[in-house]
Amino acid sequence: MHDSDHDHDETHKAIPSDLALRVTALESLLVEKGLVDPAALDALVETYEHKIGPRNGAKVVARAWADPSYKTRLLADATAAIAELGFGGLQGEHMVAVENTPKVHNLVVCTLCSCYPYSVLGLPPVWYKSAPYRSRAVIDPRGVLREFGLELPQDTEVRVWDSTAEIRYLVLPQRPVGTDNLGQEDLASLVTRDAMIGVAQALASLPPGTP
Amino acid sequence: MNGIHDLGGMHGMGPIQPENNEPVFHARWEARVYAMARAMGAWRKWNIDASRHQRELIPPAEWLRMSYYEKWLAGLIELMIDKGLVTRAEVESGRASPASPKATPALPVEAVAPLTVKGSPYNREVRVAPRFQPGQVVRARNINPVGHTRLPRYVRAKSGTIDAIHGVFVFPDTNAHFKGENPQYLYSVRFTARELWGEQTTPQDSVYVDLWDDYLEPA
Repeated sequence: MHDSDHDHDETHKAIPSDLALRVTALESLLVEKGLVDPAALDALVETYEHKIGPRNGAKVVARAWADPSYKTRLLADATAAIAELGFGGLQGEHMVAVENTPKVHNLVVCTLCSCYPYSVLGLPPVWYKSAPYRSRAVIDPRGVLREFGLELPQDTEVRVWDSTAEIRYLVLPQRPVGTDNLGQEDLASLVTRDAMIGVAQALASLPPGTP
Repeated sequence: MNGIHDLGGMHGMGPIQPENNEPVFHARWEARVYAMARAMGAWRKWNIDASRHQRELIPPAEWLRMSYYEKWLAGLIELMIDKGLVTRAEVESGRASPASPKATPALPVEAVAPLTVKGSPYNREVRVAPRFQPGQVVRARNINPVGHTRLPRYVRAKSGTIDAIHGVFVFPDTNAHFKGENPQYLYSVRFTARELWGEQTTPQDSVYVDLWDDYLEPA
């Protein structure tokens, strides 16, 4: 290994380990002062690592595809319709669902920070919170979608939703053709996180390994 | 404030870099920062707008260099110091000063599920009539507040159409600075891509932005 590579690696590693130490020190300080309960921190991490994530949103979408009256309720009052499936709460207090159709494609962004519908999608991926996506989604949504591999017809209407307030947006993707025989569980397997942000369509067929 | 966080419409930020099978947290310290920020929020010494504003105050060059949870850590530390929950000396040493009182009770583990399941709604029951109606043409005011605002630069002085009325919501520009909730109507405003970005854009495309009454004027 060249010295320069070595130096680079050392620098690269020094940053996270220094951060990790600072965070550990801060947590022990807050515990010592009685300001946080470490078990509560564990529970918060556990909640977003294992309980609240895009499978919640996929169930909402699958239900809307399978049940027209549910879809009507979802588009009229998304917060209430999502609560019917038991989802809600933090960063999902005020939900709006926007429907993709053959004529309209919706895309969600937060240009000012990282607002995201936790209750149905969990915590946002790094790219969603990062400057490239946040800067370009509003000025060049078609270019952004192309970068994700989605080329929209020129006559499609693109609607970008900038989450500047406490309203959180869920994209209701188009139901793929040829899925009439699928039940809600299989339909939910077609619904990806990216499709519910609007940077992708729903999967056309069940992913390999679907039971 | 006209800060680096207000990114809409900027160029040169590079390619979007999605990660396959991305973990929720990339390192344990990220998870702990996230959880500490949530748990400390339960002391109600600040609010969501103040915590956003604290991160906006990170100088632009540092802001661009720092990762997401580094910004959360920096913001959390400054808020805790500002509100007297910890001192800078304590943060630097990692040990509580002997004189400092032990606070109780911290957010207990049994309160976590209610916190995440209930959340905290930001709408308020105020019986006033909305100033604008769906279909009405409005203009985003050309204002440049030095404090927190959720009026992005790219819509200022631009005209749009009221698409929907969301209801009455806490106003971030005052709430972030502990000057009251000042609840007021929040609207979804549709701006055409042409109005925002000019003639080279696709004519039918648009951007919907959620804007409070104080950000708008009749066009």
